Amino acid sequence: MSQIDGGRIKFGSGSDGVSYMDQDKQVLGRFQRMFGLRWKRNLTEAFIKYGLFLCAILSIFTTAGIIAVLLFEAIQFFQEVSIFEFLGSTKWTPLFSSKHFGIWPLVTGTLLTSIGAMLVALPLGLLSAIYLSEYAPRRVRATLKPILEVLAGIPTVVYGYFALLFVTPILRSISDNIMVFNGLSAAIVMGIMILPMVSSLSEDAMQAVPRSLREGAYALGATQLEVATKIVVPAALSGIVAAFILSMSRAIGETMIVAIAAGQNPNFTFNPFVPIETMTAYIVQVSMGDTPTGTIEFKTIFTVGLSLFVMTLIMNLLSQYFVKRFREVYE
Amino acid sequence: MVTTEKNLIIETKNVSVFYGDTPAVSGISLGIEREKITALIGPSGCGKTTLLRSFNRMNDLIPIARTSGEILFEGHNIYAENVDPTEIRYRIGMVFQRPNPFPKSIYDNIAFGPRINGFSGNMDELVEKSLIGAALWDEVKDRLRTSGLELSGGQQQRLCIARTLAVEPTVILMDEPCSALDPIATLAIEELMRDLSKQYSIVIVTHNMQQAARVSDYTAFITQDERRIGELVEYDDTRQIFTNPTDERTEAYITGRFG
Ligand SMILES: Nc1ncnc2c1ncn2[C@@H]1O[C@H](COP(=O)(O)OP(=O)(O)OP(=O)(O)O)[C@@H](O)[C@H]1O
Ligand SMILES: [Mg+2]
Repeated sequence: MSQIDGGRIKFGSGSDGVSYMDQDKQVLGRFQRMFGLRWKRNLTEAFIKYGLFLCAILSIFTTAGIIAVLLFEAIQFFQEVSIFEFLGSTKWTPLFSSKHFGIWPLVTGTLLTSIGAMLVALPLGLLSAIYLSEYAPRRVRATLKPILEVLAGIPTVVYGYFALLFVTPILRSISDNIMVFNGLSAAIVMGIMILPMVSSLSEDAMQAVPRSLREGAYALGATQLEVATKIVVPAALSGIVAAFILSMSRAIGETMIVAIAAGQNPNFTFNPFVPIETMTAYIVQVSMGDTPTGTIEFKTIFTVGLSLFVMTLIMNLLSQYFVKRFREVYE
Repeated sequence: MVTTEKNLIIETKNVSVFYGDTPAVSGISLGIEREKITALIGPSGCGKTTLLRSFNRMNDLIPIARTSGEILFEGHNIYAENVDPTEIRYRIGMVFQRPNPFPKSIYDNIAFGPRINGFSGNMDELVEKSLIGAALWDEVKDRLRTSGLELSGGQQQRLCIARTLAVEPTVILMDEPCSALDPIATLAIEELMRDLSKQYSIVIVTHNMQQAARVSDYTAFITQDERRIGELVEYDDTRQIFTNPTDERTEAYITGRFG
């Protein structure tokens, strides 16, 4: 039996005095329990906080360590090779007897394949993101998106052989000018590889645009296409650009596809039909070979690695600038 | 019913709106008079928003929503086969409960509608005219290039009204346009509505009895029946509804004994 008295609920039917005392005791007990709890919770909080802090520190240390190693070896490299040779020559032949150390052939190789890949992945990825976010019925989206994400999980070595054994023969049957190893095939397949990433991340950004904005535009007589291109895409731009940049960084750093399908010939060219070599492919080539540690050939891979790092860093800085400059904040 | 046939801009005939198989409102027949303010009142969940959104086919955007009956806009059924809903929404504008300016500049917020509808005149003039029409010009004329989101809530709502005026609709639907605003901003919007009603037909959904009494010419009271389906109880002159309602449910609602 319970009775309600002045807002307090008392259980049991004992005399009033006793029950109030009981209640006070109960209240006291509850305070103690609460303080005990609070103390424990604070400890957990502190533990989590410092734990997370350690994790953050760890990743910073790892990054710093990698940069330090790269810098250390690169400085040694530049004691033997002048920076003018490195940035001025267009020949990269450290493994030959007449050595040249011009980074540009590797840079053009990298840019050729990664820009080519972006030319494939950006339009297709953006269009598929617009379709998935704005047009696809819910059920279609629920099936297509996981499939796209599975595509992203295929090992890149598979893509590499797909490029060499499937795409290249097709390209070569179209034009005789295309060599067995070429930048085009690698770029196309790399574009296909990063397409799911562009699409999925851009779609997330578009989904995050509030429904009320779309409705506001529809209420002014906008069509679905106008809502998608003039409201949703601009509002999601920062996320879309972030997706592009991430994908571009991924393309610059991609190794297997280019190593397998683009060749290992550092050619200073933007011709997509001939064999080339990217920075990553070069690093693999030297690492897999029998170059002794401490030699100049060995040091080149760290220098190339550092250059790669600088390239992606510039990309990221550019993207941050771009995102700040053009984004539409909607919250 | 007070309205005479020739002055109706919108007329609903036995309109029901379903979400899935469940009707939200059922059998609504009413006429919205030209260049007047009509208020829709009723308890929460009775289907005011649903009914309002059926007037410019906004419910088409909800996949499970379905409308039956006829809604005549200037004599033509907007749910007829060959009607383009974007055309309807261009003629019948809407202001939402929460201000939803686009994340663009004040100028571009206004210019968006005219641009997509192929406006070819002087955009600067149109922007100015629309902002003046929404009683916002003086506050923002020096910062048309700043984001619409930097305005206060009340200013944002007036920006949304200005944006609606810019496409020169015939009817403006307003779904609780003041519910996110403070009393002063609310008064500003109410005053604005009175002004706009000289030129536009306005339908407003409101939870605020005083607001309905203050601004509207006609009031429709909607409530749910025992199956939770919204129905039109009474529709009359606002003065009549608030001083001498015929239905006891209306009286109970406006005197605050219900809903
Ligand atoms: N998108 C939707 N899907 C399914 N049911 C909905 C949807 N929108 C509204 N409903 C239902 O339709 C009924 C009427 O809702 P509506 O929003 O029109 O009421 P309202 O009168 O505007 O309420 P309020 O005064 O709280 O805004 C409610 O029962 C609601 O749950
Ligand atoms: Mg509502």
